[in-house]
Amino acid sequence: MKAIVSVIGKDTRGIIAKVSTKLYEMDINIENISQTIMQDYFTMIMAVDCSECKLKFSGISEELSKLGQEMGLEIHIQLQSIFDSMHQIATNTRKL
Amino acid sequence: MYTDREILETIDMVSHQHLDVRTITMGISLFDCITDDRRRLCDKIYDKIMRKAENIVRIGNDISNEIGVPIVNKRISVTPISLITAASGGHMEVIRTLDRAADEIGIDFLGGYSALVHKAMTPYEREFINSIPEALSTTKKICSSVNVATSKAGINMDAVRMMGRIVKECARLTKDQDSLACAKFVVFANAVEDNPFMTGAFLGPGEDDAVINVGVSGPGVVKRALENVKGDLTEVAECIKQTAFKITRVGQLVAAEASRRLGVSSGIVDLSLAPTPVVGDSVAHILEEIGLECVGACGTTATLALLNDAVKKGGIMASGHVGGLSGAFIPVSEDAGMINGAEKGALTLEKLEAMTAVCSVGLDMIAIPGDTHEDVISALIADEIAIGVVNTKTTAVRVIPVYGKSEGEYAEFGGLLGRAPIMHISKYSPSAFIARGGRIPAPLHSNKN
Repeated sequence: MKAIVSVIGKDTRGIIAKVSTKLYEMDINIENISQTIMQDYFTMIMAVDCSECKLKFSGISEELSKLGQEMGLEIHIQLQSIFDSMHQIATNTRKL
Repeated sequence: MYTDREILETIDMVSHQHLDVRTITMGISLFDCITDDRRRLCDKIYDKIMRKAENIVRIGNDISNEIGVPIVNKRISVTPISLITAASGGHMEVIRTLDRAADEIGIDFLGGYSALVHKAMTPYEREFINSIPEALSTTKKICSSVNVATSKAGINMDAVRMMGRIVKECARLTKDQDSLACAKFVVFANAVEDNPFMTGAFLGPGEDDAVINVGVSGPGVVKRALENVKGDLTEVAECIKQTAFKITRVGQLVAAEASRRLGVSSGIVDLSLAPTPVVGDSVAHILEEIGLECVGACGTTATLALLNDAVKKGGIMASGHVGGLSGAFIPVSEDAGMINGAEKGALTLEKLEAMTAVCSVGLDMIAIPGDTHEDVISALIADEIAIGVVNTKTTAVRVIPVYGKSEGEYAEFGGLLGRAPIMHISKYSPSAFIARGGRIPAPLHSNKN
């Protein structure tokens, strides 16, 4: 199950380290990372694979938003299919 | 693949522009429940609804969580009850059953306490329609509709005459709640069989045993996208089309996934822009963004025509099957911009009527003085229905004569239904016209001018 993790907030030390550690603890593999800093705002987008993760998707989502609250960041995880659907003309929208 | 900017655009649409899937509505056919034994009929209806839709709320919430887009309402629509109870009677027992099922499943609304009388009505349908005020005033989640005209059959003016009285009775029976029952009752011309939106949802006779229809929304997203368009109206239309495409794709994804998980067929995506009273979720504000000082100004009908057409053009390629009402909704009480226009006096009932000729649905969530005569309401309905019949489109009237209140006061409903300033309506009498009854013949479909 492919998903996109997005991290948005004020830039501080250790964002990548903490988020990737949390993903590692949940057996989620990071396939791609990109990050930018715009006017002190940190944005990181991670493409991840959750197929080895034992938690339900809602559990992953809760863990990440809890981490986000601790760090003062917005962390979302959404299935990749939502972005496929909205931003690609040719797409298989049959399955999440 | 897509870019980071596109990912952030989607996230921003949800967090700041109120992008949501307004409803997943499961249509359930009740034809196989028909029997002449009332008690057995109720048992069969209850069992079928519970069997098909038991998990709709949980599955809706799961999908919402996974894609990160809210699914605001989970609803059910059923075969028009007047068709199901024709052999047995017992519609009041059935409505208690429907209300109980709706409550236990935890859905927001159940639509289909409806009758299709566009050409004529049977004695039973007359009895059924007379029960609507009691049905709506004694239940919370049930919605009702009556189709009184089609472009092929003309307008059943005997039914239209009854509608004025039914609306007034709904208002009287819920006078302590600003005549709330009227907000759950709509009169249609050319009603569609696969509409997922309330109040007018029912599952038509030509539909599957159980089917998922999805209604998307997102006026805030369109407004935000237009804020960056400084060019001419062709560019405005292009921008709306592209935005509507993206919004509809979300609906398509949800429709496919919800129908798969619920084990029922996938019906249509209704690509309507449905406003809510929340700031930043208004159709009126889109028209103002295009260049009007206030909705209701001259130019309102033209801008709305552009918006409605561009939404359809953008959305239609994004979904395999587009249906329902599809277009821009213009309910007064549910749209902060429309409320503002009505308060200022910029938006009048007459202007609203003109607007309905170019967008989906019709005179929607309009509060009028409580002492408005029932014949005036019937004639208002007749006017709106005539627009639909002649232009071969769906039109509808959901009007609230607020009991005990007059022009300038407010009807307060709260939640998605919002609040409505009570508007001026002509007091000149159409009673002699309404008293004639009969049928307005179907219009000519050629030689159009």
